[in-house]
Amino acid sequence: MTAAKSADPVPSIYTTSPAMQRRNAAETRFRLYGLVAIALSLSLLAVMLVTIFRDGTSSFFQARLSYTVELTEKVLDPKGNRNRDEMTKVTTVGYGKVLSAGLMATLEARNIDLGGLKPKEVAELISKDAAGGLRAKVLADPALVGSTIEVSVFAAGRVDGFLKGRVTMESAKLDSNISPEQLELADRMRTAGILSSGWNWDFFTNPDASDQRPEAAGLGVALIGSLYLMILVALMCVPVGVAASIYLEEFAPKNTLTDAIEVNVSNLAAVPSIVYGILGLSIFINVFGLPQSSSLVGALVISLMTLPTIIIATRAAIRAVPPSIRDAALGVGASKMQTVFHHVLPLAMPGILTGTILGLAAGLGQSAPLLLIGMVAFVDNHPAPPLDGFLDPATALPVQIYTWVTRSDPAFVERSNGAIIVLLAFLVVMNLLAILARRKFERRW
Amino acid sequence: MSVLMLLVVTLALALAAFVLARQRALASAKGSSRDLHSLPNYYGWNGSIWVLLPALTGLVLWLIVQPMVVESRISGNLPAQLMTDSAARELTMADVRRVAGGLDTAVAAGALSEDSSGSMDTQTTDVRALLAQVGVALGGDVSSEVLAAAQEYRVMTAWGAAARSVLVLALAVAGLFWGVSRANKDFRARNAVERVILGLLVAASSIAILTTIGIVGSMATETFDFFTKYPLKDFFFSLTWSPNFKGNSDLGMLPLLWGTLYVTVVALIVCVPVGLFTAIYLAEYASKATRAWVKPLIEVIAGIPTVVFGIFALVTVGPALRDWIAAPLGLGDSGSSVMTAGLVIGILNIPFISSLSDDIINAVPQSLRDGSFGLGATKSETVRQVILPAALPGIVGAVLMAASRAIGETMVVVMGAGAAAQLSMNPFDAMTTMTVKIVGQLTGDTDFSAPETLVAFALGMTLFVITLGLNIFALFIVRKYREQYE
Repeated sequence: MTAAKSADPVPSIYTTSPAMQRRNAAETRFRLYGLVAIALSLSLLAVMLVTIFRDGTSSFFQARLSYTVELTEKVLDPKGNRNRDEMTKVTTVGYGKVLSAGLMATLEARNIDLGGLKPKEVAELISKDAAGGLRAKVLADPALVGSTIEVSVFAAGRVDGFLKGRVTMESAKLDSNISPEQLELADRMRTAGILSSGWNWDFFTNPDASDQRPEAAGLGVALIGSLYLMILVALMCVPVGVAASIYLEEFAPKNTLTDAIEVNVSNLAAVPSIVYGILGLSIFINVFGLPQSSSLVGALVISLMTLPTIIIATRAAIRAVPPSIRDAALGVGASKMQTVFHHVLPLAMPGILTGTILGLAAGLGQSAPLLLIGMVAFVDNHPAPPLDGFLDPATALPVQIYTWVTRSDPAFVERSNGAIIVLLAFLVVMNLLAILARRKFERRW
Repeated sequence: MSVLMLLVVTLALALAAFVLARQRALASAKGSSRDLHSLPNYYGWNGSIWVLLPALTGLVLWLIVQPMVVESRISGNLPAQLMTDSAARELTMADVRRVAGGLDTAVAAGALSEDSSGSMDTQTTDVRALLAQVGVALGGDVSSEVLAAAQEYRVMTAWGAAARSVLVLALAVAGLFWGVSRANKDFRARNAVERVILGLLVAASSIAILTTIGIVGSMATETFDFFTKYPLKDFFFSLTWSPNFKGNSDLGMLPLLWGTLYVTVVALIVCVPVGLFTAIYLAEYASKATRAWVKPLIEVIAGIPTVVFGIFALVTVGPALRDWIAAPLGLGDSGSSVMTAGLVIGILNIPFISSLSDDIINAVPQSLRDGSFGLGATKSETVRQVILPAALPGIVGAVLMAASRAIGETMVVVMGAGAAAQLSMNPFDAMTTMTVKIVGQLTGDTDFSAPETLVAFALGMTLFVITLGLNIFALFIVRKYREQYE
């Protein structure tokens, strides 16, 4: 063997052939596709969450006007006898006059330049909601008439938007609801401390408000509605779901009925949510005559939708309990039923709990079926406490989000995003609970 | 007695039955529980079941049957001219119910005595004004027939409520006596109780079947009703959709079907590659730590309610596509479009495809990979030529299920796709889908005798059949072509 022979054209393993280079490049590309796919989905998720938080956090703050108002007897109680029944004849128009007079007086006392605005235009800075609130307050305590009180009322939606940067001088020029002069006055009022933006609890308690008063709209009815829905769904869905799972896992003989149930459970999980809405409308409302828009009907529909999820999760939890537990219980003389209820079910409980919370979280976000059963209606009154309240018209968080975003005033889009933040907060809490429950009780056999 | 009171009394009786039956059984064994056939509590439970089961069944049946009987009796007594067709019947009955409810409120508020509510007539009293006083607003004046029917309605309802209480209490008390009398030491109480529990378990499982029957039944009757008023051929083959609540509508579903399928195709073009590559990377390339972080993050997408995606489509994606792509290219100036809705539905289906495919890819046995590596294949060659073919049936199944979800998706298309029913090829045009129109035709004031409302049920039925078919087909593919390893 000479040295010349080793210069044979056999490629060294240290140099890569062109074919191998191509294959390696293909390998890198393929890997890159995977990374791009993941980066794409995660960045889309991030974009969505960032836009929601960017547009939504401001809805927790609201501009308010704080000033003193003289509750003129001449307007509010023309007869002067503080008789509540007679005072109810004074509508919100009268209270609006009192509020705007108070604002004018305050501006004058503080020497704030009106910039040539007429009193009527100054009054437009006050929310149309304010008069109703003052009226309720005075009717609750007629003795207030004649005195001078401190009020803190919502500023009009556009003024609030101005403080949050949504409304600008340029947009105000094109806006029939507000003029740049009014915004300049608002600016001076802010410097004087009359107008300020602060944390807005009313966002969580107020009912929905009409198109003209975005500043007064709140999530009160939607939160109660969603709470009722969750209570009812948990009460109806969990016992039935667990019972069905126990039967299917532990007792069901191999027969046609069992097969039919199995097929139905898996198919129902794939039925579009809107179809459940149609079911609710035609069975629960049209046939059974349950009241439209009520939380009860909503809960029935969502229960039926959540049932397959809960059954699937519960069955997995029951299946995870090792057969030795059952054998031991049967061996010491327990009946089949006692084995299941005294031993299998308690051991499967953590899994059932986790599955149930996740199922409820999915139910909380449902909106399409609720549109069909009328929970999309404008509800002005808070539902009564249970049990009667379950039949009162209500709306739910996701539906409220939808109704707000379809209104024309951009102030409602802000509130809609705020409502999403509230909804997501609930979902995060529920999911964390599920994770904690799993961590705390999880058992490896 | 109100329903709530009845429930409370029944529960109290059940508790009493529990205690009595348990004591009686123990007494029959002279206090020694070892001589009993079952544990003492089973005798108690047996007693309770005998109270609860008949009483509650009676109550539920009564609550369902009573309104039906009352309605049919009342409508039978109303004059024929108010009952010309089903729509008129519905309206009249709604009037009767509203007046009856108003009279109830008036009596409760003290504006009316119970006697005069039954004896007044339209000649001497202005019923509408009277009810307006207590806050019940009526659309028009009350005719004497309606008032008479409403008074009869109230009488029958009151009678029914009284009879209901008597029946339920009688059943509960009879059950108590029977259940307690059966408690003695030789009675096999545990077997009896377990039989009832098993029955309840079967009943709970059957709800799944009942739901399917309810879905199909409710939609089938209304769909049938629709096709008696609107020709079947026009619904399936007409190219125009222009509902008009004055009548004479064109209700062809093809434009809606086209919109639905177009959106679904766009969604699949987005979610299948992204979801599949995500799954491949996570299953084959990612380190354990990456996987532990990325997989839950991707699944966060699945946990976000669809209404949030709808808003994302309406507020962010739609305007962005319009301003950056559609308008510069001259393809349209609509924020809501097939592209918007399809893209967003694609995003929300990514976790669905990725987690299903992930499971399927992980189920391919390691020996196949090892064999491929042993022959000198690179990782990507192994994935493309060994793993994907082996996992293909499962992946096709996942894609079909994703398609069925996209077809049935509602909130995103309601907010992102638009409302114009048209057959257009341009993906930046606003088009509409079946789910959008179901929501559109069934929200707000609906008249369940007009074809414009009933068409929603026909659309729902079509949707149900399509999605169910796709899912069954997906399961069939998975079962038929699945490779069995070991």
